[in-house]
Amino acid sequence: MDNWWLRALFSIFIWPGLLCGALFGWLLLWINRKSLAQLQGRQGPPFFQPFFDFWKLIGKKTIIPVGVSWAIFYSLPIISLFSIVFALAILPVPWGGAISFEGDLVLFIYLLEMPALIDILAGYATRSVYAQVGSTREALLTIAYNLPFLSGLIALALRLKTFQLSVFTSAPISIATVITALALFIALLAQLKVNPFSIPNAEQEIVAGIHVEYNGLPLALFELAHALEVSTLAGLIAILFLGAITAPWLKLVIFIFISILIIVLVSIIGAGTARLKVQHAFRFYWTWGLIAAVLVFMASLAL
Amino acid sequence: MSVFSRLISYSRKRSPWVFRVNAGSCNGCDIEITPCFSPRYDGEQIGALMQGSPKHADILLISGPITLRTKEIVKDIYQQIPSPKAVIALGSCPASGNVFSGSPTIVGSAEAVVPVDLYVPGCPPRPQQILEAIQLAAKMLEKGETHSQKEAHYG
Repeated sequence: MDNWWLRALFSIFIWPGLLCGALFGWLLLWINRKSLAQLQGRQGPPFFQPFFDFWKLIGKKTIIPVGVSWAIFYSLPIISLFSIVFALAILPVPWGGAISFEGDLVLFIYLLEMPALIDILAGYATRSVYAQVGSTREALLTIAYNLPFLSGLIALALRLKTFQLSVFTSAPISIATVITALALFIALLAQLKVNPFSIPNAEQEIVAGIHVEYNGLPLALFELAHALEVSTLAGLIAILFLGAITAPWLKLVIFIFISILIIVLVSIIGAGTARLKVQHAFRFYWTWGLIAAVLVFMASLAL
Repeated sequence: MSVFSRLISYSRKRSPWVFRVNAGSCNGCDIEITPCFSPRYDGEQIGALMQGSPKHADILLISGPITLRTKEIVKDIYQQIPSPKAVIALGSCPASGNVFSGSPTIVGSAEAVVPVDLYVPGCPPRPQQILEAIQLAAKMLEKGETHSQKEAHYG
Protein backbone atom coordinates (compact mmCIF):
# COMPACT_ATOMS: atom_id res chain seq x y z
CA MET A 1 0.00 0.00 0.00
CA ASP A 2 2.78 2.40 1.01
CA ASN A 3 4.68 1.43 -2.09
CA TRP A 4 1.72 2.38 -4.30
CA TRP A 5 1.44 5.83 -2.69
CA LEU A 6 5.16 6.46 -3.23
CA ARG A 7 4.91 5.41 -6.84
CA ALA A 8 1.83 7.59 -7.36
CA LEU A 9 3.58 10.62 -5.83
CA PHE A 10 6.64 9.89 -7.97
CA SER A 11 4.53 9.84 -11.12
CA ILE A 12 2.73 13.06 -10.14
CA PHE A 13 5.79 15.13 -9.24
CA ILE A 14 8.76 13.66 -11.11
CA TRP A 15 8.15 11.24 -13.99
CA PRO A 16 6.03 11.83 -16.06
CA GLY A 17 4.48 14.55 -13.85
CA LEU A 18 5.52 18.06 -12.91
CA LEU A 19 9.32 18.01 -13.25
CA CYS A 20 9.92 15.94 -16.39
CA GLY A 21 6.68 17.15 -17.98
CA ALA A 22 7.75 20.78 -17.58
CA LEU A 23 11.26 20.12 -18.92
CA PHE A 24 9.87 18.15 -21.87
CA GLY A 25 7.22 20.83 -22.48
CA TRP A 26 9.86 23.57 -22.50
CA LEU A 27 11.91 21.50 -24.97
CA LEU A 28 8.87 21.14 -27.24
CA LEU A 29 8.01 24.85 -26.92
CA TRP A 30 11.60 25.76 -27.83
CA ILE A 31 11.46 23.44 -30.87
CA ASN A 32 8.17 25.10 -31.85
CA ARG A 33 9.59 28.63 -31.61
CA LYS A 34 12.92 27.71 -33.20
CA SER A 35 11.42 25.90 -36.20
CA LEU A 36 8.87 28.69 -36.66
CA ALA A 37 11.76 31.20 -36.70
CA GLN A 38 13.78 29.08 -39.14
CA LEU A 39 10.79 28.83 -41.47
CA GLN A 40 10.46 32.62 -41.39
CA GLY A 41 14.19 33.07 -42.12
CA ARG A 42 15.09 34.15 -38.57
CA GLN A 43 17.64 32.75 -36.12
CA GLY A 44 15.16 32.05 -33.35
CA PRO A 45 15.50 31.97 -29.56
CA PRO A 46 18.33 30.28 -27.61
CA PHE A 47 17.79 26.77 -26.22
CA PHE A 48 16.94 27.78 -22.64
CA GLN A 49 14.49 30.56 -23.63
CA PRO A 50 11.22 29.10 -22.20
CA PHE A 51 13.09 28.31 -18.97
CA PHE A 52 14.37 31.89 -18.63
CA ASP A 53 10.95 33.33 -19.48
CA PHE A 54 9.40 31.28 -16.68
CA TRP A 55 11.95 32.28 -14.03
CA LYS A 56 11.85 35.95 -15.01
CA LEU A 57 8.06 35.98 -14.59
CA ILE A 58 8.43 34.31 -11.17
CA GLY A 59 10.67 37.20 -10.07
CA LYS A 60 8.30 39.98 -11.11
CA LYS A 61 5.93 41.86 -8.83
CA THR A 62 2.29 40.87 -9.27
CA ILE A 63 -0.31 43.57 -9.91
CA ILE A 64 -3.88 42.51 -9.17
CA PRO A 65 -6.41 44.52 -11.22
CA VAL A 66 -8.87 46.70 -9.32
CA GLY A 67 -12.11 44.89 -8.50
CA VAL A 68 -10.66 41.36 -8.88
CA SER A 69 -10.46 39.14 -5.82
CA TRP A 70 -6.88 38.03 -5.10
CA ALA A 71 -8.16 34.56 -4.20
CA ILE A 72 -9.64 34.04 -7.68
CA PHE A 73 -6.65 35.69 -9.36
CA TYR A 74 -4.20 33.26 -7.74
CA SER A 75 -6.33 30.11 -7.49
CA LEU A 76 -7.26 29.86 -11.20
CA PRO A 77 -3.70 29.25 -12.50
CA ILE A 78 -2.98 26.86 -9.61
CA ILE A 79 -6.08 24.75 -10.40
CA SER A 80 -5.13 24.80 -14.09
CA LEU A 81 -1.58 23.68 -13.30
CA PHE A 82 -2.57 20.87 -10.96
CA SER A 83 -5.27 19.42 -13.18
CA ILE A 84 -2.81 19.18 -16.09
CA VAL A 85 -0.15 17.67 -13.79
CA PHE A 86 -2.60 14.94 -12.72
CA ALA A 87 -3.58 14.35 -16.36
CA LEU A 88 0.10 13.90 -17.22
CA ALA A 89 0.57 11.52 -14.27
CA ILE A 90 -2.14 9.23 -15.70
CA LEU A 91 -0.50 9.12 -19.15
CA PRO A 92 1.05 5.64 -19.59
CA VAL A 93 4.58 6.53 -20.69
CA PRO A 94 7.46 4.02 -20.46
CA TRP A 95 8.37 3.41 -16.76
CA GLY A 96 5.28 5.35 -15.76
CA GLY A 97 1.72 4.16 -15.35
CA ALA A 98 1.70 3.84 -11.55
CA ILE A 99 -1.82 5.29 -11.52
CA SER A 100 -3.87 3.10 -13.82
CA PHE A 101 -7.39 1.76 -13.38
CA GLU A 102 -10.44 0.89 -15.48
CA GLY A 103 -12.03 4.20 -16.51
CA ASP A 104 -8.96 6.42 -16.18
CA LEU A 105 -9.57 7.66 -19.74
CA VAL A 106 -12.68 9.49 -18.49
CA LEU A 107 -10.69 11.14 -15.70
CA PHE A 108 -7.93 11.99 -18.19
CA ILE A 109 -10.36 13.71 -20.59
CA TYR A 110 -11.96 15.60 -17.70
CA LEU A 111 -8.57 16.81 -16.42
CA LEU A 112 -7.49 17.81 -19.94
CA GLU A 113 -10.60 19.97 -20.29
CA MET A 114 -9.82 21.90 -17.12
CA PRO A 115 -7.17 24.33 -18.53
CA ALA A 116 -9.58 25.46 -21.26
CA LEU A 117 -12.40 25.96 -18.74
CA ILE A 118 -10.06 27.81 -16.36
CA ASP A 119 -8.91 30.02 -19.26
CA ILE A 120 -12.51 30.94 -20.02
CA LEU A 121 -13.15 31.74 -16.34
CA ALA A 122 -9.88 33.70 -16.07
CA GLY A 123 -10.82 35.84 -19.06
CA TYR A 124 -14.17 36.76 -17.55
CA ALA A 125 -12.84 37.15 -14.00
CA THR A 126 -10.17 39.73 -14.87
CA ARG A 127 -12.72 42.23 -16.22
CA SER A 128 -10.75 43.19 -19.34
CA VAL A 129 -12.66 43.66 -22.59
CA TYR A 130 -9.95 41.88 -24.59
CA ALA A 131 -9.88 38.96 -22.19
CA GLN A 132 -13.65 38.63 -22.39
CA VAL A 133 -13.54 38.53 -26.20
CA GLY A 134 -10.82 35.88 -25.92
CA SER A 135 -12.94 33.88 -23.47
CA THR A 136 -15.95 33.91 -25.78
CA ARG A 137 -13.82 32.63 -28.65
CA GLU A 138 -12.21 29.97 -26.49
CA ALA A 139 -15.64 28.77 -25.34
CA LEU A 140 -16.83 28.50 -28.96
CA LEU A 141 -13.66 26.68 -30.03
CA THR A 142 -14.01 24.21 -27.14
CA ILE A 143 -17.33 23.09 -28.61
CA ALA A 144 -15.71 22.82 -32.04
CA TYR A 145 -12.45 20.94 -31.42
CA ASN A 146 -13.88 18.46 -28.96
CA LEU A 147 -15.80 16.73 -31.77
CA PRO A 148 -12.76 15.07 -33.41
CA PHE A 149 -10.89 14.82 -30.08
CA LEU A 150 -13.57 13.00 -28.10
CA SER A 151 -14.84 10.87 -30.99
CA GLY A 152 -11.27 9.72 -31.73
CA LEU A 153 -10.69 8.61 -28.16
CA ILE A 154 -14.17 7.06 -27.74
CA ALA A 155 -13.90 5.14 -31.01
CA LEU A 156 -10.56 3.68 -29.99
CA ALA A 157 -11.99 2.79 -26.58
CA LEU A 158 -14.92 1.02 -28.31
CA ARG A 159 -12.51 -0.95 -30.47
CA LEU A 160 -10.36 -2.02 -27.53
CA LYS A 161 -13.47 -2.47 -25.33
CA THR A 162 -11.88 -0.62 -22.42
CA PHE A 163 -11.59 2.84 -20.89
CA GLN A 164 -8.10 2.15 -19.56
CA LEU A 165 -5.29 4.21 -21.09
CA SER A 166 -2.56 1.61 -20.56
CA VAL A 167 -4.38 -0.74 -22.96
CA PHE A 168 -4.14 2.00 -25.62
CA THR A 169 -0.32 1.86 -25.55
CA SER A 170 -0.11 -1.92 -25.73
CA ALA A 171 -2.64 -2.24 -28.60
CA PRO A 172 -1.07 -3.03 -31.98
CA ILE A 173 -0.99 -0.25 -34.60
CA SER A 174 -3.88 -0.47 -37.07
CA ILE A 175 -5.68 1.81 -39.51
CA ALA A 176 -7.97 2.86 -36.63
CA THR A 177 -4.97 4.04 -34.59
CA VAL A 178 -3.63 6.12 -37.46
CA ILE A 179 -7.01 7.77 -38.12
CA THR A 180 -7.45 8.41 -34.38
CA ALA A 181 -4.02 10.05 -34.30
CA LEU A 182 -5.07 12.23 -37.26
CA ALA A 183 -8.31 13.26 -35.52
CA LEU A 184 -6.37 14.07 -32.32
CA PHE A 185 -3.86 16.07 -34.37
CA ILE A 186 -6.63 18.17 -35.94
CA ALA A 187 -7.93 18.94 -32.45
CA LEU A 188 -4.39 19.59 -31.16
CA LEU A 189 -4.02 22.68 -33.39
CA ALA A 190 -6.90 24.42 -31.60
CA GLN A 191 -5.99 23.04 -28.17
CA LEU A 192 -2.50 24.55 -28.40
CA LYS A 193 -3.92 27.78 -29.95
CA VAL A 194 -1.42 27.78 -32.83
CA ASN A 195 -1.78 29.74 -35.98
CA PRO A 196 -4.82 28.87 -38.05
CA PHE A 197 -6.71 28.56 -34.76
CA SER A 198 -4.82 31.12 -32.65
CA ILE A 199 -8.20 32.79 -32.26
CA PRO A 200 -8.56 33.06 -28.45
CA ASN A 201 -5.08 34.54 -27.88
CA ALA A 202 -4.90 36.51 -31.15
CA GLU A 203 -1.99 38.91 -30.73
CA GLN A 204 -2.15 42.16 -32.77
CA GLU A 205 -5.92 41.77 -32.65
CA ILE A 206 -7.12 41.41 -29.05
CA VAL A 207 -3.73 42.30 -27.46
CA ALA A 208 -2.86 39.08 -25.62
CA GLY A 209 -6.26 37.45 -25.39
CA ILE A 210 -7.28 35.74 -22.17
CA HIS A 211 -4.12 36.48 -20.19
CA VAL A 212 -4.07 40.26 -20.83
CA GLU A 213 -4.42 41.19 -17.16
CA TYR A 214 -2.28 38.37 -15.80
CA ASN A 215 1.30 39.16 -14.77
CA GLY A 216 4.09 37.97 -12.55
CA LEU A 217 3.70 34.68 -10.70
CA PRO A 218 0.15 33.78 -11.90
CA LEU A 219 1.21 34.33 -15.53
CA ALA A 220 4.28 32.15 -14.93
CA LEU A 221 2.00 29.39 -13.61
CA PHE A 222 -0.22 29.71 -16.69
CA GLU A 223 2.86 29.43 -18.92
CA LEU A 224 3.99 26.37 -16.98
CA ALA A 225 0.54 24.83 -17.37
CA HIS A 226 0.74 25.52 -21.11
CA ALA A 227 4.14 23.77 -21.33
CA LEU A 228 2.68 20.75 -19.51
CA GLU A 229 -0.35 20.82 -21.81
CA VAL A 230 1.97 20.68 -24.84
CA SER A 231 3.79 17.64 -23.49
CA THR A 232 0.54 15.90 -22.47
CA LEU A 233 -1.26 16.40 -25.78
CA ALA A 234 1.77 15.55 -27.94
CA GLY A 235 2.44 12.58 -25.67
CA LEU A 236 -1.16 11.38 -25.97
CA ILE A 237 -0.73 11.03 -29.74
CA ALA A 238 2.73 9.49 -29.31
CA ILE A 239 1.58 6.69 -26.95
CA LEU A 240 -0.80 5.36 -29.62
CA PHE A 241 2.21 4.20 -31.67
CA LEU A 242 4.09 2.32 -28.95
CA GLY A 243 2.16 -0.96 -29.29
CA ALA A 244 4.58 -3.04 -31.33
CA ILE A 245 7.68 -2.25 -29.24
CA THR A 246 8.63 -4.08 -26.05
CA ALA A 247 11.98 -2.60 -24.92
CA PRO A 248 11.28 0.42 -22.66
CA TRP A 249 14.36 2.33 -23.88
CA LEU A 250 13.24 2.07 -27.47
CA LYS A 251 9.72 3.02 -26.36
CA LEU A 252 11.05 6.18 -24.73
CA VAL A 253 13.11 7.14 -27.79
CA ILE A 254 10.16 6.64 -30.13
CA PHE A 255 7.85 8.50 -27.71
CA ILE A 256 10.16 11.55 -27.72
CA PHE A 257 10.73 11.31 -31.49
CA ILE A 258 6.99 11.24 -32.30
CA SER A 259 6.28 14.13 -29.89
CA ILE A 260 8.97 16.25 -31.55
CA LEU A 261 7.69 15.30 -35.01
CA ILE A 262 4.17 16.41 -34.02
CA ILE A 263 5.44 19.77 -32.74
CA VAL A 264 7.48 20.36 -35.92
CA LEU A 265 4.35 19.60 -37.99
CA VAL A 266 2.39 22.05 -35.83
CA SER A 267 5.04 24.75 -36.47
CA ILE A 268 4.98 24.11 -40.22
CA ILE A 269 1.19 24.49 -40.26
CA GLY A 270 1.46 27.54 -38.02
CA ALA A 271 4.03 29.22 -40.29
CA GLY A 272 2.12 28.40 -43.46
CA THR A 273 -1.35 29.63 -42.52
CA ALA A 274 -3.08 32.81 -41.42
CA ARG A 275 -5.58 33.14 -38.60
CA LEU A 276 -9.16 32.12 -39.39
CA LYS A 277 -12.26 33.86 -38.15
CA VAL A 278 -14.05 32.03 -35.38
CA GLN A 279 -17.00 31.03 -37.57
CA HIS A 280 -14.65 29.58 -40.21
CA ALA A 281 -12.76 27.62 -37.58
CA PHE A 282 -16.08 26.34 -36.25
CA ARG A 283 -17.16 25.28 -39.75
CA PHE A 284 -13.77 23.58 -40.31
CA TYR A 285 -14.14 21.49 -37.17
CA TRP A 286 -17.76 20.58 -37.79
CA THR A 287 -17.10 19.47 -41.41
CA TRP A 288 -13.58 17.96 -41.33
CA GLY A 289 -13.89 17.00 -37.70
CA LEU A 290 -17.19 15.24 -38.42
CA ILE A 291 -15.66 13.41 -41.40
CA ALA A 292 -12.74 12.35 -39.20
CA ALA A 293 -15.17 11.21 -36.50
CA VAL A 294 -17.23 9.11 -38.94
CA LEU A 295 -14.05 7.61 -40.46
CA VAL A 296 -12.58 6.78 -37.09
CA PHE A 297 -15.78 5.06 -35.93
CA MET A 298 -15.99 3.10 -39.20
CA ALA A 299 -12.34 2.07 -39.01
CA SER A 300 -12.49 1.02 -35.39
CA LEU A 301 -15.75 -0.94 -35.63
CA ALA A 302 -15.44 -2.46 -39.12
CA LEU A 303 -11.72 -3.04 -39.72
CA MET B 1 17.39 31.06 -1.57
CA SER B 2 20.32 32.90 -3.06
CA VAL B 3 20.49 30.33 -5.86
CA PHE B 4 16.92 31.20 -6.80
CA SER B 5 17.48 34.96 -6.64
CA ARG B 6 20.61 34.59 -8.80
CA LEU B 7 18.68 32.44 -11.27
CA ILE B 8 15.88 35.04 -11.41
CA SER B 9 18.24 37.98 -11.96
CA TYR B 10 20.11 36.04 -14.66
CA SER B 11 16.77 35.23 -16.33
CA ARG B 12 15.96 38.97 -16.38
CA LYS B 13 18.99 39.49 -18.62
CA ARG B 14 17.99 36.68 -20.95
CA SER B 15 14.30 37.47 -21.39
CA PRO B 16 13.53 41.18 -21.91
CA TRP B 17 9.95 41.63 -23.09
CA VAL B 18 9.26 44.97 -24.71
CA PHE B 19 6.25 47.27 -24.82
CA ARG B 20 6.35 50.41 -26.94
CA VAL B 21 4.37 53.60 -26.61
CA ASN B 22 4.15 56.37 -29.16
CA ALA B 23 4.01 59.66 -27.26
CA GLY B 24 3.41 61.97 -30.22
CA SER B 25 6.20 60.62 -32.39
CA CYS B 26 6.34 61.18 -36.17
CA ASN B 27 6.37 57.35 -36.55
CA GLY B 28 10.03 57.37 -37.63
CA CYS B 29 11.22 55.67 -34.46
CA ASP B 30 8.30 53.22 -34.47
CA ILE B 31 9.15 52.14 -38.00
CA GLU B 32 12.72 51.50 -36.80
CA ILE B 33 11.45 49.29 -33.95
CA THR B 34 9.66 46.81 -36.23
CA PRO B 35 12.83 45.67 -38.11
CA CYS B 36 14.30 44.72 -34.70
CA PHE B 37 11.91 41.76 -34.70
CA SER B 38 12.09 41.01 -38.43
CA PRO B 39 14.27 38.31 -40.08
CA ARG B 40 17.14 40.75 -40.65
CA TYR B 41 17.82 41.74 -37.01
CA ASP B 42 15.65 39.19 -35.11
CA GLY B 43 15.45 40.35 -31.48
CA GLU B 44 14.26 36.88 -30.45
CA GLN B 45 17.93 35.79 -30.53
CA ILE B 46 18.51 37.75 -27.30
CA GLY B 47 15.15 36.63 -25.93
CA ALA B 48 13.36 39.91 -26.67
CA LEU B 49 9.68 39.75 -27.58
CA MET B 50 7.16 42.47 -28.46
CA GLN B 51 4.28 42.31 -26.01
CA GLY B 52 0.82 43.72 -26.60
CA SER B 53 0.04 44.23 -22.94
CA PRO B 54 2.13 46.44 -20.62
CA LYS B 55 1.40 43.94 -17.82
CA HIS B 56 3.66 41.39 -19.57
CA ALA B 57 6.50 43.79 -20.34
CA ASP B 58 9.87 44.46 -18.70
CA ILE B 59 11.08 47.33 -20.86
CA LEU B 60 9.11 50.40 -21.97
CA LEU B 61 10.19 52.03 -25.24
CA ILE B 62 9.04 55.65 -25.49
CA SER B 63 9.22 57.52 -28.78
CA GLY B 64 8.16 61.10 -29.43
CA PRO B 65 8.33 64.37 -27.49
CA ILE B 66 5.70 63.52 -24.80
CA THR B 67 2.81 65.78 -25.87
CA LEU B 68 0.47 67.18 -23.22
CA ARG B 69 -2.25 64.75 -24.32
CA THR B 70 -0.06 61.65 -24.00
CA LYS B 71 1.62 62.70 -20.73
CA GLU B 72 -0.91 61.01 -18.45
CA ILE B 73 -1.09 57.94 -20.71
CA VAL B 74 2.68 57.40 -20.54
CA LYS B 75 2.57 57.75 -16.74
CA ASP B 76 -0.35 55.30 -16.57
CA ILE B 77 1.39 52.72 -18.78
CA TYR B 78 4.58 53.02 -16.72
CA GLN B 79 2.62 52.23 -13.58
CA GLN B 80 0.93 49.24 -15.23
CA ILE B 81 4.28 47.52 -15.90
CA PRO B 82 5.12 45.28 -12.94
CA SER B 83 8.51 46.10 -11.44
CA PRO B 84 11.40 45.54 -11.97
CA LYS B 85 11.17 47.54 -15.17
CA ALA B 86 13.39 49.68 -17.38
CA VAL B 87 12.53 52.68 -19.56
CA ILE B 88 14.29 53.44 -22.86
CA ALA B 89 13.75 56.80 -24.55
CA LEU B 90 14.10 56.42 -28.32
CA GLY B 91 15.60 59.16 -30.45
CA SER B 92 16.11 62.85 -29.92
CA CYS B 93 12.47 63.76 -29.16
CA PRO B 94 12.10 62.36 -25.63
CA ALA B 95 15.56 63.68 -24.76
CA SER B 96 15.30 67.28 -25.86
CA GLY B 97 12.11 67.89 -27.81
CA ASN B 98 14.11 67.85 -31.06
CA VAL B 99 12.48 70.01 -33.78
CA PHE B 100 9.41 70.49 -31.58
CA SER B 101 11.54 72.16 -28.87
CA GLY B 102 9.82 75.24 -27.45
CA SER B 103 6.36 74.23 -28.60
CA PRO B 104 3.61 74.93 -26.06
CA THR B 105 1.94 71.54 -26.73
CA ILE B 106 4.79 69.27 -25.56
CA VAL B 107 6.46 68.40 -22.29
CA GLY B 108 9.70 67.98 -24.21
CA SER B 109 11.49 65.67 -21.79
CA ALA B 110 10.55 62.12 -20.89
CA GLU B 111 12.53 62.53 -17.65
CA ALA B 112 9.85 64.92 -16.39
CA VAL B 113 7.16 62.22 -16.68
CA VAL B 114 8.82 58.84 -15.97
CA PRO B 115 12.34 57.91 -14.76
CA VAL B 116 14.33 57.16 -17.93
CA ASP B 117 17.13 54.57 -17.70
CA LEU B 118 18.61 54.74 -21.19
CA TYR B 119 18.61 57.20 -24.08
CA VAL B 120 19.14 56.06 -27.68
CA PRO B 121 20.53 58.87 -29.84
CA GLY B 122 19.48 59.49 -33.44
CA CYS B 123 16.59 60.82 -35.44
CA PRO B 124 15.53 58.07 -35.93
CA PRO B 125 17.96 55.64 -34.23
CA ARG B 126 19.11 52.59 -36.19
CA PRO B 127 17.63 49.15 -35.37
CA GLN B 128 21.05 47.89 -34.24
CA GLN B 129 21.21 50.69 -31.68
CA ILE B 130 17.69 49.91 -30.44
CA LEU B 131 18.59 46.24 -29.99
CA GLU B 132 21.79 47.21 -28.21
CA ALA B 133 19.78 49.46 -25.89
CA ILE B 134 17.35 46.59 -25.15
CA GLN B 135 20.31 44.35 -24.30
CA LEU B 136 21.90 47.03 -22.12
CA ALA B 137 18.59 47.60 -20.31
CA ALA B 138 18.32 43.84 -19.73
CA LYS B 139 21.81 43.88 -18.21
CA MET B 140 20.78 46.79 -15.97
CA LEU B 141 17.75 44.76 -14.86
CA GLU B 142 20.07 41.88 -13.99
CA LYS B 143 22.36 44.05 -11.86
CA GLY B 144 19.52 46.00 -10.27
CA GLU B 145 20.65 49.35 -11.69
CA THR B 146 17.36 50.62 -13.10
CA HIS B 147 15.49 53.46 -11.40
CA SER B 148 12.56 51.22 -10.47
CA GLN B 149 14.85 48.75 -8.66
CA LYS B 150 16.89 51.47 -6.90
CA GLU B 151 13.74 53.22 -5.67
CA ALA B 152 12.36 49.93 -4.34
CA HIS B 153 15.70 49.35 -2.62
CA TYR B 154 15.88 52.74 -0.87
CA GLY B 155 12.18 53.24 -0.33
